Amino acid sequence: MKKVTVILVLFLSVIAYSQDNSSNALPSIDVKTLDGQVFNTKDINNNGKPIILDFWATWCKPCVKELEAISDLYEEWQEETGVLVVAVSIDNSRSMSRVAPFVNAKSWEYLVLLDPNSKFKEAMNVVNVPHVFLLDGNGNVVHQHTSYADGDEEDLYELVKKVANGEDISHE
Amino acid sequence: MLLKSKPIIAFLIFASVFAYSQDKPKGQLHGNFNIDAQQYNSDSLIGAEKPPENVLMNAYGNFTYTYGHFSAGLRYEAYLNTLEGYDKSYNGQGISYRYLSYDNDGLGITVGNFYEQFGNGLILRSYQQKMLGYDNAFDGVRVSYSGIKALTIKGLIAKQRLFWETQGLVRGVDGELSVNELFESIKDAKTQIIVGGNFVSKFQSDKDPFLKLPENVGAGSGRISISNGGFVLSGEYANKSQDPSADNGYIYKQGQALLINATYSQKGLGIYITGKRVDNMSFRSDRGQSINNLNINYLPDVAKIHVYTLTAMYPSATQANGEMGVRSEVMYKFKKKSALGGKYGTEIGISYSRVNDIDRQAASDTSAIGVKGYEGYTSEFFKVGEEEFYEDVSLSLSKKVNKKIKFHVEYMNQTYNFLALRGEYDHSGNKMVYAQMGVADLTWKIKRRRTIRFEAQGLFTKQDKQDWAMGMIEFTMAPNWFVAVYDAYNYGNHHEDKRLHYATGTVGYTKNSTRIQLSYGKSIEGVVCVGGVCRVVPATNGFSISISSTF
Repeated sequence: MKKVTVILVLFLSVIAYSQDNSSNALPSIDVKTLDGQVFNTKDINNNGKPIILDFWATWCKPCVKELEAISDLYEEWQEETGVLVVAVSIDNSRSMSRVAPFVNAKSWEYLVLLDPNSKFKEAMNVVNVPHVFLLDGNGNVVHQHTSYADGDEEDLYELVKKVANGEDISHE
Repeated sequence: MLLKSKPIIAFLIFASVFAYSQDKPKGQLHGNFNIDAQQYNSDSLIGAEKPPENVLMNAYGNFTYTYGHFSAGLRYEAYLNTLEGYDKSYNGQGISYRYLSYDNDGLGITVGNFYEQFGNGLILRSYQQKMLGYDNAFDGVRVSYSGIKALTIKGLIAKQRLFWETQGLVRGVDGELSVNELFESIKDAKTQIIVGGNFVSKFQSDKDPFLKLPENVGAGSGRISISNGGFVLSGEYANKSQDPSADNGYIYKQGQALLINATYSQKGLGIYITGKRVDNMSFRSDRGQSINNLNINYLPDVAKIHVYTLTAMYPSATQANGEMGVRSEVMYKFKKKSALGGKYGTEIGISYSRVNDIDRQAASDTSAIGVKGYEGYTSEFFKVGEEEFYEDVSLSLSKKVNKKIKFHVEYMNQTYNFLALRGEYDHSGNKMVYAQMGVADLTWKIKRRRTIRFEAQGLFTKQDKQDWAMGMIEFTMAPNWFVAVYDAYNYGNHHEDKRLHYATGTVGYTKNSTRIQLSYGKSIEGVVCVGGVCRVVPATNGFSISISSTF
């Protein structure tokens, strides 16, 4: 066991050095659209404009709150920056067929994807939902945030505007 | 141990050094950490025990390295020692999960550990849910191919994780076909049809001195999904060959499961109906195992998921040996600026769930129901059993009053078969619990980035521990801090000395993808369920800390 620990420490310190690269394309995972079609996460794109990738679930109160808050502002955000919100539901087969009526009843205009066995969530190393990634026009993750507090959407939008203007936010 | 992984570690070191030595590294390293630690005090009033270690911890870290079409990853888990309420077989630490995978042009190959789900999981689903201490990860080889038009196929041969070991042998194939993709003429038709099917077989040798047990048990399912505009209809039917096991009392009956979902939605309206029938569908890679160990399949629960503390006091749980359930729900949003919608719109919801046992009759005149070594019973497919397991009716209303105030209220009437779902009588010696519950949740935005949230909950029942009330105040200072205090009070308990308070205070700090949370207080003994899979949690009293980070 000692050996393993030494190796792990070594491994971690090497990581620490190689960490300051921010280029960051998405992994290739098959998820589903609301009408049941297979959709590969490599195909998530917004023609060079920023993307908000939001991991959520119908049973997660703060997740729904965050998407509600963004929904109120979404039209304005899209007009100003062209940002696309991709809402990835991690509802499993117990509640995944409830996602479509849930989303439509709320009149959300997002691209909604289903990740019923949390494969995409795990590939993105998300611990708990809600977890938001902000991607630049090239599909690179430039910012991420976990949990939701009322008002977080304002900070997120400040970053979206910067990314839409091509600013580097990797040190914020 | 699962962990003869030195070559992989060596590889990862090599890969990271390699990444570092390049000016512009193409490889990427990501991961996360999660630590949950708790200090325990003994509290005889609430029944909280102090473990001899005083402090316990569950922790893990994941690392994923990707380089072009190639990826590798591992997870280190440490249970020093395992938190109360989780299986103590986790005690220890090591690399519990490691894999290498390659993905290009529709071909995917993984060696080592992986998670997989076929269809709804009625036949095969491996996943991990740390909150339940659930992890039935596969360890073996998986191949998938989506290079053929409209078709996705997957195949696997693997063992399964059981704490720090791997056991069993599972073989499976799954195919899914998009009918519309197949024919150019209907590709963009309004009606979209997807069909799929799978077959899974497990092997376990027969060492039973009396029974002749099947060493290979096969199971398969077919599924279809039809969508047309706002309508989606989907269903899956599964069948399992003879599989005598500890779960079913070593009977030789075949297993069956049917799951049907129908939904309709349009802007502002959602209708959801689901139905399920399960008969003798426990499916494990070791027939002698029980609780959450070595499940190959997953049988989703149909009842509504309740998210408030008191409404989740009596959670429904899947009965793999047999159950029939339905649920229907309507969600509606009154438009903004309408009479009932007000300035911001009003959302209402109504939901009904009901789960009963299946009907069972003796297989022949000469045998009793459930005798070991025989067919066990017969069951008419559409006949509902008399025993009621669960029922709830709930109503909810959510409204944003103005820019500062939003509220959500809900009411629920619940019937809960304590004996069937928990395996024992409730605290007052009853089999059935009949409860009514109410929740009010109010959010008040005091000013920009400062929010206070109040929750008031009540649970009223003549059974179990009788009436409860709960209040909570949460203060949030975006973007970093939150403070919350709550108290659940069992004020109506028939035993005056058990009218106890369970108070807890919590402080949390979040920065980007890192979160730290500190709590002190008491938690109620009960059951935590995710998706119908449950874990019993003991009462606790003490400090707890959670740290998580994604990079």
